[in-house]
Amino acid sequence: MFHAILLIKCVLVVVFLLLHITGDPTAIIAGPDATADDIVRLRTLMGFDQPLWVQYGKFFLGAVQGDFGKSFEYGESALALVFEHLPASFELAISAFVLSVVIGVPLGCLAAFRENSLFDRSFIGTTVFVQAVPDFWLGIMMITFFSVHLGILPSFGRGSWTHFLMPAFAASTYHLARLGRLMRSQMLETLRQDFILTARAKGLPETMVVMGHALKNSAIPIVTVMGLDLGILLGGTVIVETVFAWPGAGRLVVQAIANRDFPVVQAVVFLLASVFVLINLAVDLIYAYLDPRIEYS
Amino acid sequence: MMEDTRILGSYVHIGAMERAASLLSSLRRDWSALLGVFIIVAVVAAATLAPVLAPMDPYEQSLSRTLKPPLWSDGEHIFLLGTDHLGRDFLSRLIYGSRVSLIVGAFAVLLSGGVGLIVGLLTGYFGGKVDLVMMRVADLVLSFPFILLALATIAIVGPSLTVLIVVMSLRIWVIYARVVRGEALKIRGMEYVQAAHAMGGSHTRIICRHVLPNVMAPVIIIASLYLGRMIVIESGLSFLGLGVPPPTPTWGGLLSEGRTHLYNAWWVATFPGLAITFTVWGANLLGDWLRNVLDPRLRSL
Repeated sequence: MFHAILLIKCVLVVVFLLLHITGDPTAIIAGPDATADDIVRLRTLMGFDQPLWVQYGKFFLGAVQGDFGKSFEYGESALALVFEHLPASFELAISAFVLSVVIGVPLGCLAAFRENSLFDRSFIGTTVFVQAVPDFWLGIMMITFFSVHLGILPSFGRGSWTHFLMPAFAASTYHLARLGRLMRSQMLETLRQDFILTARAKGLPETMVVMGHALKNSAIPIVTVMGLDLGILLGGTVIVETVFAWPGAGRLVVQAIANRDFPVVQAVVFLLASVFVLINLAVDLIYAYLDPRIEYS
Repeated sequence: MMEDTRILGSYVHIGAMERAASLLSSLRRDWSALLGVFIIVAVVAAATLAPVLAPMDPYEQSLSRTLKPPLWSDGEHIFLLGTDHLGRDFLSRLIYGSRVSLIVGAFAVLLSGGVGLIVGLLTGYFGGKVDLVMMRVADLVLSFPFILLALATIAIVGPSLTVLIVVMSLRIWVIYARVVRGEALKIRGMEYVQAAHAMGGSHTRIICRHVLPNVMAPVIIIASLYLGRMIVIESGLSFLGLGVPPPTPTWGGLLSEGRTHLYNAWWVATFPGLAITFTVWGANLLGDWLRNVLDPRLRSL
């Protein structure tokens, strides 16, 4: 818990420094069309002429009160703007996550139960290939096929459940394939353990062996991977959101970057990184619950 | 012999020739690895021989021949894969596009590999405060959603080839460092290392002679497995307009141009995506094979 708070503090420092990497953020914010006069005025207006630590102090005090400054583009609080866009992102991330678990885990188990069968081999072949397909390209190809040619699915935006199908699937494929493969190899390893042999030897029906012993013991490493996947999805369906014009935080940040709206960029990076840290904390806790041998001091 | 190298992977010193021979013989029996090698060799050849292979100048525009379809769907015979919205030959742009992807991918993997290897060796072998600090730094790096941080950094610093390579290396050096550290920690406690130490071997000698050769397998595996990821991320950034700036052709950039022509020019978005997919597939097949041969324990990477 303490560790997580420390990490979030570090995240804050990085988010602050981000704007100062090049030394003077004024020119970056002002953009290429600004005159020298504009830049001087903006510098005093934004307080960039003050020492770095004073600026950080102000930034930190603002940030802990939820104030990242006002969006240059929309005039409202940057943090509030991000909060408005978060639900859409989370909706997409969670549906992609659910999709990858619901499809990846059972298929991976099935492949493991029938090791070296035709199904198993095509499963491995397909997942290796699917992991190589870039999600944004898959999204574009799906739009070309389902929206442009067939005209059966909406190509952009958020609304009914049909809007979900393509973005969620596109965002999930990589994670689905990876999770499936890991599930398969984990299950194979578990099935080779002595306690599975014991369970079979004492005459337990195969379904009990699988449900009661194999699945439970394969779960531990898989939960970690699932947690990481969820974190990655929550923190970055940026490109898929852009492809499908999904009104989430990822698309917001891409637009904010194009508009040089840096308070919004900082707020998005901070919020999503915090979510990422919290998810990792949750994974650690679940891990400790599933495997009591692990202790956290 | 074959089985021995498979299981031990690292802990036993095997002659370099012998090892190369056993690698080759296992490659010959593994068609998916062969396919991976074939794809990667083809892409590398396309990138290096681009001026020879490309049928036309990838920058030459002509407004009289914009968005011509590929040869097989009513196209003109000189444009095998058609032309883009500025009338540039698409096949030539695609061939030249492989350069950016490969350079960024390969250099990112090498740069981060070098940094990660050194950090991992030092922290794992010496431990102590440096170790503690480095692992905290690693935690911090891993606590950022990577794409987001890359986007923000590039937006502020400005996109260029070097920036792309450095930004992408910022993330994966941690993966090398962690694995190498774990291995170095384990090897440090081995009897032969203690023996070398007792015989008066210096730290430098022990690290170079005993630890380094034993951590090379995971480094090679990570490099090959992450090459594909790096190529995907690079093309994603280019797709968002944060890659190497135009008019230099990049696969991600070509793809984003194609996005505006989905209704009238399917090929512009289709071929760059296919190029990315097959290159990454090749790299992954190669990486999987290297892992299975060198160190199967690393399957979670």
